[in-house]
Amino acid sequence: MVAAPSTAKRAFLALAAAVFCVVASTSASAAERTLKKASFIPAWNPQAQFAGYYMALEKGFYQKHGIDLSILNGGPETSTSEYLHSGKADFAVLWLATAIRERAAGVRLVNLAQIIQKSSMMLIARKSSGIAKPADMNGKKVGLWQGPFAIPPRAFFKKYGLRVHEVPQSYTINLFLHGGIDVASAMWYNEYHTILNAGIDPDELSIFLLKDYGINLPEDGLYTLEKTLKNDPTLAKGFAQASLEGWSYAFAHPEETLDVVIRYMREAKLPADRMHQKWMLERMRDLVIPKENRRVMGRLTRNDYTAAGHILLNNGEIRTLPDFKAFTEQSDAQQ
Amino acid sequence: MLSNKSIAFKLTLVITLCSTCIFASLLGYNYYRSRLVLRKELVRDARNLTTASVNRIETVLTAVTKVAEGVARSLENTRPTSEELSSLLRSTLAENPEIYGCGAAFEPHATGTDSHPYITYFHRDHGRIVYAPGDTLNYLQQDWYQISRETGKKEWTEPYYEGNVLMATCSVPFYETTDGARHLKGVAFSDVSLDWLTELVASIKVLKNGYAFLISRYGTIVTHPDRAMIMNVTIFGFAEAAKDPTLRELGRKMIKGGSDFIPFTNLKGVKCWVYYAPIPSTGWSLAVVFPETELLDQVKTLSLTGALIGLGGIMLLTMAVVLIARSITFPLKTLAGATTAIARGDFDVELPPVSTQDEVGKLADAFAAMKSSLKEYIKRLTETTAAKERIESELRIARDIQRDFLPRTFPPFPDRQEFDLYAVMEPAKEVAGDFYDFFFVDDTHLCFVIADVSGKGVPAALFMAMSLTLIKATARYGLPPEEILYRVNNVLARENDSCMFVTAFLGILDTESGEVIYANGGHNPPLHLKHGGGVAWLARSGSLMVGVMEDAPYRCERILLEPGDCLFLYTDGVNEAINAREEAFSNDRLERRLRALQGFEIKDVVFGIMADVRAFTGEAPQFDDITMMVIQYRGE
Repeated sequence: MVAAPSTAKRAFLALAAAVFCVVASTSASAAERTLKKASFIPAWNPQAQFAGYYMALEKGFYQKHGIDLSILNGGPETSTSEYLHSGKADFAVLWLATAIRERAAGVRLVNLAQIIQKSSMMLIARKSSGIAKPADMNGKKVGLWQGPFAIPPRAFFKKYGLRVHEVPQSYTINLFLHGGIDVASAMWYNEYHTILNAGIDPDELSIFLLKDYGINLPEDGLYTLEKTLKNDPTLAKGFAQASLEGWSYAFAHPEETLDVVIRYMREAKLPADRMHQKWMLERMRDLVIPKENRRVMGRLTRNDYTAAGHILLNNGEIRTLPDFKAFTEQSDAQQ
Repeated sequence: MLSNKSIAFKLTLVITLCSTCIFASLLGYNYYRSRLVLRKELVRDARNLTTASVNRIETVLTAVTKVAEGVARSLENTRPTSEELSSLLRSTLAENPEIYGCGAAFEPHATGTDSHPYITYFHRDHGRIVYAPGDTLNYLQQDWYQISRETGKKEWTEPYYEGNVLMATCSVPFYETTDGARHLKGVAFSDVSLDWLTELVASIKVLKNGYAFLISRYGTIVTHPDRAMIMNVTIFGFAEAAKDPTLRELGRKMIKGGSDFIPFTNLKGVKCWVYYAPIPSTGWSLAVVFPETELLDQVKTLSLTGALIGLGGIMLLTMAVVLIARSITFPLKTLAGATTAIARGDFDVELPPVSTQDEVGKLADAFAAMKSSLKEYIKRLTETTAAKERIESELRIARDIQRDFLPRTFPPFPDRQEFDLYAVMEPAKEVAGDFYDFFFVDDTHLCFVIADVSGKGVPAALFMAMSLTLIKATARYGLPPEEILYRVNNVLARENDSCMFVTAFLGILDTESGEVIYANGGHNPPLHLKHGGGVAWLARSGSLMVGVMEDAPYRCERILLEPGDCLFLYTDGVNEAINAREEAFSNDRLERRLRALQGFEIKDVVFGIMADVRAFTGEAPQFDDITMMVIQYRGE
């Protein structure tokens, strides 16, 4: 929907060029080393939400960093934090809220990179159901995803003092389309577009982008266990670096990226709608390289961390906010 | 611009242009009408085809719905044991060959006190009906269960893949009423494989490349010739890819359950027509698409054939027009050449042979006739002109001869002082019928005569010659005037087959006494101009014209001229001269003029009267010979 302005494009092209220089200087020594095996689990089925990782693998960025990475198939039945915890995966995509909660609960997770820089979660209602502002949701049936995905909406309801009738929402939006619920949980880069492409026009919808209502819980970040990082800091650092390179490449080559994403989806026997993936990739660009302020790609800022922590504290998800430095050990080391 | 082009060119150009215009407009109209008719026909066919297909689909889906509804009703009204439920589901499945599977799923709380399992489900497997316990936990969040549960209505799921089989499920919630409160007990459901649907829709063929596709309630493409699209995209995603808002509009109309026949342009920019109609039970929509080019192919072929025939026809017509125009203008051109030759006087020029009997043939015939007539005419004209010239020359000679008859030397007798005489004759034509003469019959008697022969021209001249000769010859005998006229009359009247006659006044002057004896044969009476003034008319004799009747009598009269008296003799060419207003000169005017001229020389009197006559007649042609004679007696 929103094409990246040319300045942003130039910005990450420049960034990509800088990254390539780093790669070139390190690759010689990397090639001499034997590749280290590592595994990575994205938060969901293959889709453009993870395009950067597929492209980093596809274009050999992980290899250049000395990593023989295997990307596992995520999905609705898979908990990525459980994968990390159990050692089934070395690296994983977790939502910031999930990661803070896990860390607070004692799981020694470390944020390697914050891919999505701002919350993209939204609540969507049909205007015809009489919902135009948060207060209108009182007493309405609201679809919520299970687990940590319910944290941001619940924070929203709490903030606005809403009593809603929660209905577990599956990973389709059919319940909403059929009118089984009045309000649906949605990701800007995914379900929102699916609803539009179910024939409902934007002007027929009331949209509540949670970050616009003070609930800014940036989602996808790259995580590993503290011990994994300690064991081989170069591996973890290399993984994060290669992943960011992958994202830069994906945004610079959207069509090639979409080809690769679609291929992954086909291999996973998933419905592959290129236009939908295109939308998702474009929104990912808006989220990974927000144009509002000058941010460093992949960096979790203390402000964002603290703001997210306060939301979690207020909602009783955590009792104490874990130390930012410990949470982002790698990031601090980089600084 | 065209004015200097040939008839053949103009004719060919105009006819070819006109017929091309007529033909082109006819072809255009025909094309337009045929398109309308064909489109109408196609809309009807598309509608019939779509309606028939929708009905077939609807029949099956309704049956599937009925199964789910039947199971739900059974579970609402009764509390079957798990064996009874299994037997109900098994028999229902057996009785409804359309459905793939059916089952009942229960709310978790419902099992607390009941012995029912969470879910009982039977489905077909290679012709056998098998029991599948299914997932006992996760169905609560599956669409087929949850949607119906939340809406409290019968619901059809969006089509989905179960393994490799495309399926759709109809779910119906069922309830239990305890203590007057209605609680959801579970959801009954029946599945249907959509393979038959895919086949049915794929079998819809319109024209050559027309096809049908089916979209679900929310636009997912369920069947489509392009298999890559099936279940992968919605029509709205397709519209987004095509950047085609009209296609999105079409999709919205379709999922809203409308039906219409509309044009749209597909991804490849090919103009198509779409007819769509809803499948009521599921809210799906079936659309039939066919490219407009194919719709118009027949019309185009027809029009192209028509155009070729027309083109050939116009070429033939043009050739025919050229030939006809040439056949008309070639003889005309040759005739034009011949005319130029004829205008130069070449009457022997060859005329083009024209065998046709049309206007050109007639023109050529007329032209040939004109040529020979002209030739004949010119020949005759040449002869006539020659003859006329000869006659004119002869007449000129005759005039000279006639002039020589009349004495023209004045004074005629210069040695005789006792009288004077002057005479003049102006013929109206080459030769005259008037004459005068005078001669001495002895020394003292002068015979004078003035006469006017009836008629004019050559006959009159001949008669005049004869009369003059006769009078002169007879007068020589010294006879009195009445005897001369009597004899001449007898000679002329005797052999007068041509009934000519002459009026004559004949007198004899005694030069010594001045006495004039005279006889008047029907001539105008002369005037006596007296010396002392006064003009008197001589009395009319009442005698007949000379030559009319034999033995007619003539009387002798006398008059004595005093010295200085004159006699004025004239013919009717004077007093009956006619002017342009058809008025005669008249005797009165003659008398008046003579009075005015009294005392003048006799020659001047004659010329004076002549001038008066000329002035009176003006431009009017001289009608008759004008002759005058004046005799003056002078005495001793």
